[in-house]
Amino acid sequence: MSEVKFSKDHEWILPDGDEATVGITKHATEMLGDIVFAELPDKGSNVEKDGTAGVVESTKAASDVYTPVSGEVLDINQTIVDDPSKINEDPEGSAWFFKLKMKDVSELESLMNKDEYDKFAKENAS
Amino acid sequence: MEIKKTSLNKLHQDNKAKFVEFAGYEMPIQYSKGIVEEHKLTRSHSGIFDVSHMGQLFIYGDKTLTEDLEKIFPLNLKNLNINSSKYTFLMNEDAGIYDDLIITKLEEGYLIILNAACKDNDYKILSDLLKNKYKMNLDDKRSLIAIQGPKSVEILDSIISGVSELSFMTGNWFEYKNQKIFVTRSGYTGEDGFEISIINDLAEEFTRKLIDSGAQLVGLGARDTLRLEAGLCLYGHELGVDKTPIEANLKWAISKDRIVNGGFIGSDKIMSQISEGTKQIRVGIKPEGRLIAREKTKIFNETELVIGEITSGTFGPSVSGPVAMGYVKKEFSKKDTKVFLEVRGKKYPANICGLPFYKKSYVKGAIK
Repeated sequence: MSEVKFSKDHEWILPDGDEATVGITKHATEMLGDIVFAELPDKGSNVEKDGTAGVVESTKAASDVYTPVSGEVLDINQTIVDDPSKINEDPEGSAWFFKLKMKDVSELESLMNKDEYDKFAKENAS
Repeated sequence: MEIKKTSLNKLHQDNKAKFVEFAGYEMPIQYSKGIVEEHKLTRSHSGIFDVSHMGQLFIYGDKTLTEDLEKIFPLNLKNLNINSSKYTFLMNEDAGIYDDLIITKLEEGYLIILNAACKDNDYKILSDLLKNKYKMNLDDKRSLIAIQGPKSVEILDSIISGVSELSFMTGNWFEYKNQKIFVTRSGYTGEDGFEISIINDLAEEFTRKLIDSGAQLVGLGARDTLRLEAGLCLYGHELGVDKTPIEANLKWAISKDRIVNGGFIGSDKIMSQISEGTKQIRVGIKPEGRLIAREKTKIFNETELVIGEITSGTFGPSVSGPVAMGYVKKEFSKKDTKVFLEVRGKKYPANICGLPFYKKSYVKGAIK
């Protein structure tokens, strides 16, 4: 079974073979506050590890969403574009952002596991 | 410089405020419910705002003070009733705005509510202009608490009996625990409400009483979305020394006889802008879809010419969509003019629209 991994930019990624689902963490949503806008990459586009792959905006500010690994965007979650408040409600579940066909599965190795991320998030909480 | 705290700081902490620094003060941007929730409960019920960082300037004097202030402000203060308030500006000779403010005529002089970031400079400018003829007190012994929203009148009247009889933009002295408090029926959210000037020692327990009576704390985040939906200007965004009240589309705030007769600081510029028009003007802007255009976003016309810039933009929880204000060249300021906003390198369609985005529900007359 694949393990969910986390990036320092507060994204989570759940691998499944050479595909993966990406979203932003609950910690990220708590820092952002109420999310009122989401922009996702185009289906079929290629995204580069740690590159921009979308935007979320709260009432306060805009924040880029980065992709933790490189790959081709297979699918996007239109429901969070239509109703961004869903991201606050279930960020690590139904409010996933996009699905990828990973270019290089070994890129996952540089990411954190849950315990490491929780520690990282705690240390970096503002 | 050490960050300043208001008398309600502990109350904010107890209510899990997220703090930001604003004009040198540690202020709550939001509490645990979040900006959207706090915004909505202000519109539907009653929200409490700590605005103690704002300046409360008391100037004491009689008829000559009124005459001297008329040389500064574009208002007919002679005809202003005691305990009535007006929205106005402190300007330079070119009608550039140093600050926007609310002035209330009192028996003993005037009370002027100033923006936090401007208050020290305002004090200096005003004491120079008044040549130190009058006793002035930028009172830091008093807190300022706003309560806004449709249930506020009921809640505040249960604590301070009689406030329900105040009409919009009037105030009066009341008593609370043997201390004088000054209550005005005003605010900056587009809702009916009050601002209460109260000595610091009583501010926290008074606010706790408002909470016990059903009002809830609301942070600066929702204050911003509320005022933007209401089409109200924020100093440093819509207003500044590079903008005049005419450009800001705030001519309504200038007393009619003062427009004709002038005689206040900046009056020549104001009069010439009224007769000749301005190059740019403040407008409401409604982006299509859900796109949020923030401050400094460039505004284009259909032929890709830059015609202006956004000064405030956010998501309006009560209109369920993005809202913005900005300045555009006069010829593009007509309602329903199609414009384009450049966000993250792409241009998105938007329309010039009337203000406010959200219709106000101020109380005009007193409720008996």
